[in-house]
Amino acid sequence: MSANITVEGPKTGKLIYRQNRWTRVTHWIWAVSLFFLLLSGLQIFNARPWLSIGKETGFQYNNSFVKIGSTTQGDVRSGYTELFGTRFDTTGYLGLHGSGDEAVSQAFPPALTIPSNRDLGTGRVVHFFFAWILVLTLTTWLIASVSKGRVRGELLPDRTDLKSLPQDIKDHARLRFHHTGKYSVLQKLAYCGVLFVLFPAIIITGLAMSPGFNAFMPFLNDLLGGRQTARTIHFIAMALLVGFFVIHMLMILAAGPINEMRSIITGWYRTDPTSKNAEEH
Amino acid sequence: MTSSNQIPNIARRRFLTSASIGASGLALTGCDAFDRLSNRDDEVRAVLEKANSLTYRVQRMLIGGNRLAQEFSESDIRQQHRANGTSDPVDEDYKAHVAAKFADYRLEISGLVNAPKSFSLSDIKSMPSRTQITRHDCVEGWSSIAKWTGTPLATILDQVGVKDSARFVVFECFDTVDQTLSGPIKYYESIDLIDARHAQTILAYGMNGLDLPVENGAPLRVRVERQLGYKMAKYISKITLVDDLAPFGSGHGSYWSDNGYEWYAGI
Repeated sequence: MSANITVEGPKTGKLIYRQNRWTRVTHWIWAVSLFFLLLSGLQIFNARPWLSIGKETGFQYNNSFVKIGSTTQGDVRSGYTELFGTRFDTTGYLGLHGSGDEAVSQAFPPALTIPSNRDLGTGRVVHFFFAWILVLTLTTWLIASVSKGRVRGELLPDRTDLKSLPQDIKDHARLRFHHTGKYSVLQKLAYCGVLFVLFPAIIITGLAMSPGFNAFMPFLNDLLGGRQTARTIHFIAMALLVGFFVIHMLMILAAGPINEMRSIITGWYRTDPTSKNAEEH
Repeated sequence: MTSSNQIPNIARRRFLTSASIGASGLALTGCDAFDRLSNRDDEVRAVLEKANSLTYRVQRMLIGGNRLAQEFSESDIRQQHRANGTSDPVDEDYKAHVAAKFADYRLEISGLVNAPKSFSLSDIKSMPSRTQITRHDCVEGWSSIAKWTGTPLATILDQVGVKDSARFVVFECFDTVDQTLSGPIKYYESIDLIDARHAQTILAYGMNGLDLPVENGAPLRVRVERQLGYKMAKYISKITLVDDLAPFGSGHGSYWSDNGYEWYAGI
């Protein structure tokens, strides 16, 4: 086997060192942390699969717009999801999983929770461990990146970027990707949205649910509209992060998965042959 | 990786392929791959659990012994406080107390104290009281706001005199929560002396302006407002000051901690 296998077919542009070691390390720490946070979070959610608005949960009045559960009518068990008071049968997807006597009543299915069986205590152990990892790496990354000017230089969209937004949307819609040494404006907006909006939002709303932290910063809960609203925002931020992940994967597949994976694992990235922006770092 | 013209070799390509297969395999097999973490003796779990000691230490630094939990107004009380866990103990001694309206009830305080004592419910009610409207956060994720009236635990601790060697306050309860081969398990909980002496830590005998109902823990339930609901033991029969939690239950300091939940529930 020779060392001369070209990966990108006809594209034989310059290979550049695109992602430095710290970007790659933090990227994978976040990826692993978010994997465990998501699945342990769904385990925790399953303990009370409602989403409510306000300071408390209404039991004798209703302030929940999502309620997931299961019911039995005669011999038939079914799973349901209630959205703003309207009930939908979601057997097999939400509320009830499997069939016959082995059917499991829980909101999200065992395949999407850590551990797979109902175990809130373990789910919490896993969740808070990776929450600490996420918070500590994000803080370290933020301090390092801001102090080196990398946030402004590489992530925050500037005026030129914003002008190129319509063109970039068209290019993405046609799946025409530019492989350069820089992020396109849509990439910048997506990454900034995750790093500076969704990550802080999910961390702040997570802290707002902690009774200990609540004693430290009571105004935070008031600001967020109460503990149950914070819990709901936490859930929505999770859903948006899952949405980001899906698009992130699709974009990688569309833009050339091997080149993209190589850049986030080894740092090396092949640019378009005509790329003017290929810069060495 | 020294040259910018270096072409990826087959080894790296293989690595990429196996990495992506590994990642998709992880997603397809679901999460029973991590079920070993449910085992309390698992080494990986032991590492993950260390995060909770970090949470405890950081929260102790942030809120210390004085910071108060958020208090609410009368208008925030919108419902009867939800009863969770045991709501009607079947234990005979408890049922006898309910029948006698707790006239013969005695709260016994012993362990590492200078003068062990027992108090009747009227002794406790005659001490200075504190009333607070607080939010009860259950580990399951729900919250419920109610008004609690009771005697600060610190007042009672001062009456018996806590020895310097004491580190924890253990609450033993009337209610049987579990049946095991070695017999019935009664609910118990414990807190450190920082929470025990906190201004909002009260032995509550009143709720929303009335006597504490049986379903919410009559005659006494402890309020530990900066932690989750499971710390706030109901149906308290006995308080013991100790320097070691090992002799109680399976030694983790509370019924729920013996069942895999963190002893410190500030998060």
